[in-house]
Amino acid sequence: MSDGQTKQFGKSQRVVPADKAQKWYPVDDQSQPKKVRKTLRPAKVRETLVPGTILILLAGRFRGKRVILLKSLDQGVLLVTGPFKINGVPLRRVNARYVIATSKRVDISGVDAKAVEKISAPGYFTKDKKAEKKTEEAFFKQGEKAEKKVVASARASDQKAVDQAILASIKKEDFLGSYLATTFSLRNGDKPHEMKW
Amino acid sequence: MADIDVKVSSWKLVEVGRLVLIRSGPFEGKLAAIVEIVDHRRVLVDGPSTEEQKIVPRHVLPLAHATLTHFTIPQLPRAAGTGPVKKLWAKNEIDGKWAKSSFAQRSERSDRRKNLSDFERFKVLRLRKQARYEVQKSHAKARAANKS
Repeated sequence: MSDGQTKQFGKSQRVVPADKAQKWYPVDDQSQPKKVRKTLRPAKVRETLVPGTILILLAGRFRGKRVILLKSLDQGVLLVTGPFKINGVPLRRVNARYVIATSKRVDISGVDAKAVEKISAPGYFTKDKKAEKKTEEAFFKQGEKAEKKVVASARASDQKAVDQAILASIKKEDFLGSYLATTFSLRNGDKPHEMKW
Repeated sequence: MADIDVKVSSWKLVEVGRLVLIRSGPFEGKLAAIVEIVDHRRVLVDGPSTEEQKIVPRHVLPLAHATLTHFTIPQLPRAAGTGPVKKLWAKNEIDGKWAKSSFAQRSERSDRRKNLSDFERFKVLRLRKQARYEVQKSHAKARAANKS
């Protein structure tokens, strides 16, 4: 504790301590850490989210699109594909909360399990680090000509490998292809809470 | 004096033997026959249908919860038990007649439409479009033929 300073109060002088003593003190010598009763549990997947189910995406860049569920990953994340050729939705992870599962299922037994395994591994969708750091010069140059984003050829080939079998099974049923190609939207008088999916 | 043609009114009456459609409560949408009139607002009904899911047990039903239908079981004795009602029900082919009525058909259709899945709704949309296209095509053809 520092000494504090001497102050004049009328005629008398008094030393005022710089740090006041605390009015109360802890009862326990050592404080107990608070018990946390939460546990990390694996996310429970909805019963309707069976691989092969056609989903309607409700949020994000592809909202309204009807896509096919490939696999449910951990923490309530779903791996879906358009297929890309039909509706432009690539292999993608989506939040299970922002999805409507329809009762329609597509046969995806022909899909290469190894390819799906590879795609669902953590880190598949993470971005590669930029090789070169952006210099100040490059920053001013970027307005001149836009750099085109290049799709990794490995991604494209994975997409093809997965979609091939799905496209074959989609072709077998009438209207299924065009169903997947159209986006979902509510029309006048539609009551989504009363609709069956 | 001129002859006066008196016709019996064809009103649907609350009478013994009248078939009613139940509009609310646990037996909503089912058909039952009036067996006895309790008072001016309640009747005793019984619906021993031949189909298991359409059976209405004998109970007192407020008339406010029922709609009168055009069908009756003629000569149903007053306060007849479930057995005789069942016999007459089958004899008059009530279930078949009701299924053929426009109301039953309409409600069945709307039920079916309501329970369509998303893919089925899409197919309906497409098929209706195709049908419309054909109709318009033949219509245009007929119009063109008429002109010349």
